[in-house]
Amino acid sequence: MPLLAQAAGSGITVEPHWYMALAAVLFAIGAAGLLLRRNALVMFMSIELMLNAVNLTFVAVDAGIGSLEGQISVLFVMVVAAAEVTVGLAIIVAVFRKRATASMDELSGLKG
Amino acid sequence: MVEVIVFAIFALAALAGALLMVSARSPVYSAMGLLMAMFSMAVFYVMNGAHFVAAVQVLIYAGAVMTLFLFVIMLIGVDQSIDTHEQIPFQRPIALALGGGLVLLIVVAARAAWVTGRASGVCTVDCTGTIENVSGELFGAWMLPFQATVLLLTIAAIGTIAMGQFVLKPRIVEPPGEEL
Repeated sequence: MPLLAQAAGSGITVEPHWYMALAAVLFAIGAAGLLLRRNALVMFMSIELMLNAVNLTFVAVDAGIGSLEGQISVLFVMVVAAAEVTVGLAIIVAVFRKRATASMDELSGLKG
Repeated sequence: MVEVIVFAIFALAALAGALLMVSARSPVYSAMGLLMAMFSMAVFYVMNGAHFVAAVQVLIYAGAVMTLFLFVIMLIGVDQSIDTHEQIPFQRPIALALGGGLVLLIVVAARAAWVTGRASGVCTVDCTGTIENVSGELFGAWMLPFQATVLLLTIAAIGTIAMGQFVLKPRIVEPPGEEL
């Protein structure tokens, strides 16, 4: 356990794996929210939370190993997430204009 | 030591925001919870030396994306009745169990990596995520992916406009005789 010994020797500092653990919990909360909620907007927000949790691991590992690639990846993830939010919210609004609901349970039009 | 205290405060804020987002009945409270989590993320980015990414996080995520979310929530209507009745039996306990199982799975899968981490640094000079360093990487080695994101954003914008343009007739019909 070199990390634990190092932390005990020089006072407690924040280690990259603390961020990893926090990001894992946040990702799981986002996944649970995606399964629990029926509102399309809240499900969308859960996906955003999961993306943010993964971004946090990228940045934390980056600082841990001393590189910049992870931060570049985070920027690309943010761009893709922004595009995804734009298209997704447009779909939600289009569905709402047609069906007057944002609940996923009501949208069973494709069911056989 | 200060770092640990800041981490603890904002970790609690992020977790509280995430839980608020999942549990709040109104989508507006959900959006506020997500906003809190995203601001905490920006603080974590600063603590890890990713200054530019933190700025982008606040500007794009907490600014643009959350504004878009709130706009759509207001457009759709905040007073939508939320039905808590479940169509799939035992959906709630199963979802909670799957979420807990996911945490366990991540912990088990990532345990080895957490202990054996700490490779030697890749960049030899300065590795903080200032605008200079990030742009040097982004417009150097990552130029082609950067151009591809331009294409992606253009496609997304055109698709959104097309979707707003060609929606079929709405199902709700205005009762006759109520035009202004």
